[in-house]
Amino acid sequence: MEKIGKQTIKFNNPPTITECAAIVGPKEAQGPLAKYFDQTLDDEFWGEKTWEKAESKIIKETVNTVISKSGVSSDQIDCCFAGDLLNQCISSSFGLRELSIPLFGVFGACSTFVESMCLGAMCCENFAENVLCATSSHFCSAEKQFRFPLELGNQRPPSSQWTVTGSGASIVSKSGSGPFITHITPGKIVDMGIKDANNMGAAMAPAFADTLISHFIDTGRNPSYYDAIISGDLGHVGKEIAIDIAKSQGYNIKSNYNDCGVLIFDKAKQDTHSGGSGCACCGTVFSGYLFKQLKERKIKKLLLIATGALTNSTSSQQGESIPGIAHAISIEV
Amino acid sequence: MDINWANVFEWSSLLKCFVVGGLICIIGQILIDKTKLTPARILVIFVTTGAILGGLGIYKCVVDFAGAGATVPLTGFGYNLAKGAIEGVKETGLVGAFTGGIKAASGGIAAAVFFGYLASLISKPKMKKQ
Repeated sequence: MEKIGKQTIKFNNPPTITECAAIVGPKEAQGPLAKYFDQTLDDEFWGEKTWEKAESKIIKETVNTVISKSGVSSDQIDCCFAGDLLNQCISSSFGLRELSIPLFGVFGACSTFVESMCLGAMCCENFAENVLCATSSHFCSAEKQFRFPLELGNQRPPSSQWTVTGSGASIVSKSGSGPFITHITPGKIVDMGIKDANNMGAAMAPAFADTLISHFIDTGRNPSYYDAIISGDLGHVGKEIAIDIAKSQGYNIKSNYNDCGVLIFDKAKQDTHSGGSGCACCGTVFSGYLFKQLKERKIKKLLLIATGALTNSTSSQQGESIPGIAHAISIEV
Repeated sequence: MDINWANVFEWSSLLKCFVVGGLICIIGQILIDKTKLTPARILVIFVTTGAILGGLGIYKCVVDFAGAGATVPLTGFGYNLAKGAIEGVKETGLVGAFTGGIKAASGGIAAAVFFGYLASLISKPKMKKQ
């Protein structure tokens, strides 16, 4: 493991992503990626009394699924990095309380999945054989947490995104047959002064561009090196802004770039306004769809950049702007 | 007994009620779509606008013209508060400015709490369709 350039880490023995699993909610089950997920739910409660309990159950079952699919027993997993969007990350800590694997709670808002994989990969270059990385989000609990309770029946403005209900989990291992994590580029906080909690895509796009360009400068690569560059949850609004910012800095990403929030829902049939968001957006699209594309070698070189809006409801009410962050992970088969 | 349904309703007042109530809602929709105002702020703006227009005596003309089309939207709640406060002052002096508004709106407030409670007993929150 060595640092190259300003903020990128290159792995000398690239860790493998051994297995991934994803469970999604009913709206995602009607989307274009439905067939790639391990399980789709019929209702947002999944037999639980509250949305928070449902979210904990989703992350718990996703983790159980990835462990059983991988063939790695839970005693062989050295540690777990997990986080979510609810206050003090209760979905993951309540969901994983019976797991008996050392847990590092992580908060990177919607960038949590890639942040966890970055940390997991670094552990695998050192002491760990296997590391579990997991994250979850739930539309109903997130609306309550960040905007207004659903019972109020508010309309969503056109720029707003739909928090993905679901969970994505992966196991990163020291040795294996790939896909390999070759580089990570942890991101800096970028705050361009956007204050609208219903326009997270615009708030996070500059952070995405900052990490993307830092990655290219540090590695000496350019956009055409990758088969696909995928951002976490910029949505339709943020995706266009991201393309424009990258272009203004001399990087044309239009041909091989897309966004998990754009991929997960059908814009014409499912009226989600600006697309998907939430920790589970990048988590489920990678664990369900992109991981299979890598396994089948349809994508050989992937740059996954998960974006996060580091805000909470108090800071929004106090009129604070939204600090954005983006973490990049370079994956090759 | 034959009921002449055409004469049961005063159709012109129904139309006035519908148009004025609809126009007030259109203002709210434009504020949601075209500004960054949150629904909570729009709610406060509507209530205070109703109270100010009520206090100035302007909103009463709208109520006289459109009836429930003007009293049912949020602006009507503000109008009711202002009207109650003014009447309270006439009846009991300065204290009425504090008590009159709530007195006038008490039916609406108590009904909102009561029916809200009933609704919470018999229904369960759901995910939005869009």
